[in-house]
Amino acid sequence: MTPVFLTFVLVLAIFLGFELISKVPSTLHTPLMSGSNAISGITLVGAIASLQLNQNTLGIILGTGAVILATINVVGGYVVTDRMLGMFKKKEGGK
Amino acid sequence: MDLNLLINFSYIISTVMFILGLKMLSSPATARKGNMISAIGMLLAICAALVSQGIDYKWILLGMAVGGGIGLAAARLVAMTAMPEMVAIFNGFGGAASLLLAWFEYSGKYQGLESAPAFTAFVLILSVFIGGMTFSGSMIAYGKLSEKISGKPYLFAGQHIVNSLILITTVILGVLFVLNSGAGNGYFILLIVIALIFGVLSVIPIGGADMPVVIALLNSYSGLAACAAGFVIHNNILIVAGALVGASGIILTKIMCKAMNRSLANVLFSGFGSTKTAAAGKGAQQGEIKPASQEDVYYILEAADSVAFVPGYGLAVAQAQHQVRELGEILEANGTDVQYAIHPVAGRMPGHMNVLLAEANVPYDQLIEMDEINPNMETVDVAVVIGANDVVNPAALDDESSPIYGMPIIEVHRAKTVIVLKRSMNPGFAGIENALFFNDNTRMYFGDAKASITGLIAEFKG
Repeated sequence: MTPVFLTFVLVLAIFLGFELISKVPSTLHTPLMSGSNAISGITLVGAIASLQLNQNTLGIILGTGAVILATINVVGGYVVTDRMLGMFKKKEGGK
Repeated sequence: MDLNLLINFSYIISTVMFILGLKMLSSPATARKGNMISAIGMLLAICAALVSQGIDYKWILLGMAVGGGIGLAAARLVAMTAMPEMVAIFNGFGGAASLLLAWFEYSGKYQGLESAPAFTAFVLILSVFIGGMTFSGSMIAYGKLSEKISGKPYLFAGQHIVNSLILITTVILGVLFVLNSGAGNGYFILLIVIALIFGVLSVIPIGGADMPVVIALLNSYSGLAACAAGFVIHNNILIVAGALVGASGIILTKIMCKAMNRSLANVLFSGFGSTKTAAAGKGAQQGEIKPASQEDVYYILEAADSVAFVPGYGLAVAQAQHQVRELGEILEANGTDVQYAIHPVAGRMPGHMNVLLAEANVPYDQLIEMDEINPNMETVDVAVVIGANDVVNPAALDDESSPIYGMPIIEVHRAKTVIVLKRSMNPGFAGIENALFFNDNTRMYFGDAKASITGLIAEFKG
C-alpha cells in the first residue's frame, strides 16, 4: 500500500471523525473519552499481526509490552465505558 | 480465499462497527448499545489479526491475558470520582503501546540492517515521538489529578526557550534519523528520551482547572500515535481508528477551550492561575456577605417552585452527589421542578459532573447544558451552587479587567435567589474574587457540601 493511499484513508477518516463526534452531547463526553481510549487500543491489532515467530529478546519484550498495554486499553476502556453508560438512566426508571 | 484478503475484509467490518458505535453515542438512550457494537468490532479485528500466519501465539496470548486482567480489574474497581485519572492513565498506555510497536518494527526490520524508506522512517519517528510524549504527559496528568503531585502550575524561567530548543533538536535528530535509518539506534533512542522529557515539560505548567483541556488533548494524541503506528506497519484499521480517536480528542479540546474562552496556546503555555494572584487583589469586590443558616436555606428551598443545582469540582471533592440527588428527589416530591445545570468545564474532565450525577441515579433528562438554562434563568426561583466558583462568576460577563472575562458562565446571578454552598470565603482555583457572593440575592451557606446537604435532608424529613 502506498503512502498516498494510506494518507487518503487518513484524511477521509478524520473528516468522518469530526462529523461523528460533533454530534455527541456534552453529557456523554466522559464516556466518549473512555470509549475512544478503547478504540485507540487498536494498536493491539497491529502488535498481534507484527509479532512474528523467532524474535530476539528485545523484540519479544517490545512486542509483548505493546500487546499488554494495548489490551489494557481495549478491555479497560470498553468495560469502564459500559459501566458508566449503564448508570445513565431516563426518568421514572424507564430504560 | 486468500487469508490476507479475509483479514482485511474483517477490518473493514470492524471499522464500520466503530463508526456505528460512535454514531450511537449521540444519545444516552442508544449509547450503551453503541459501545457494545464498537467492542464487538474490536473483538472481530483482534480475531482477524490472530489468524495471521507465523505469529508467536505464546507471547501474544500471554500479553493479552496479563493486559486483559489488569484492564478488567481497573475498569471494575475504579470509583466514578476517579474517572479523570483513569482516562489519563489509559491515554498514556495507548501512547506507550504505539511507541513500543514502532520500536519493535524498527528493531526487527531496519536497525543495523537496511535503511527504511524515507516515508517509513518519518512515520516511525512520528509514532515514537507522539507516543512518548503522550505517555509521559499522561503520567504527569495522572499525578496531578490524583494529587500525587501538586496540581499547581509549575513554571520556571526560560520554559518556552527550553521547549523550543527541544522541538528544534527533535527536528534535527529526526532528519538525521531519516537519512541514516539503517545504522545503529543512537538517534532513535535519543528521540524516545526527548519525547518523554517533552511530554513532562508540556504538562507540568498546566494547572488543575485546565485539566479538561489537557486530557482531551492527550486523548487526541493517543489516537494520532496509533494512527502513525498504522502507517509504520501499513495497517488500514490502525489508521482509521486512530484518526477517529484523534478527531474526537481535537473536537473535545476545542469545546473545552471555547468554554473557557481561551486559545489552546494560552492553555498550554500560560500556566493559568500562577500569574493571576496580582489581578485578584486589584479587582477585589467590597460588599456584605449574607450567610444563611441551615434553617434559612430550608425555608427558601421549601417555598421554591423551581430549583437548579449548579455543581462544580467541589461536589466531586466532597463526594456529595448522592446527597444532592436525595435532596433533589425530596424537592420534587414537594412539587418543585428540579434541574441540574452543568458547565462544560465543570470538574476535571469533559462530562465529569454528568457521570457523577448519573452514578447517583439522577436521570439524564434533568441534566441541562449551559446554553439551555441561561435563557430561562429568570424563571428559576433558587439556583444552588455546589462547589463551583469560576463558572458562575459574573465578572466573566462585565469586568474587562478580570482574567476570566469573556468566558461563558452559568448566569445564576439572574435567578431570583442564589444559594452558594462553600467551605469558606477562599477564592476559587483561579484566585479571583467572585462578585456573585456579594449580590443582594445571594445567600452563602458555609460548610462541607456533604454535611450541609445531609443537614437539609434531615430538615425536610423532620
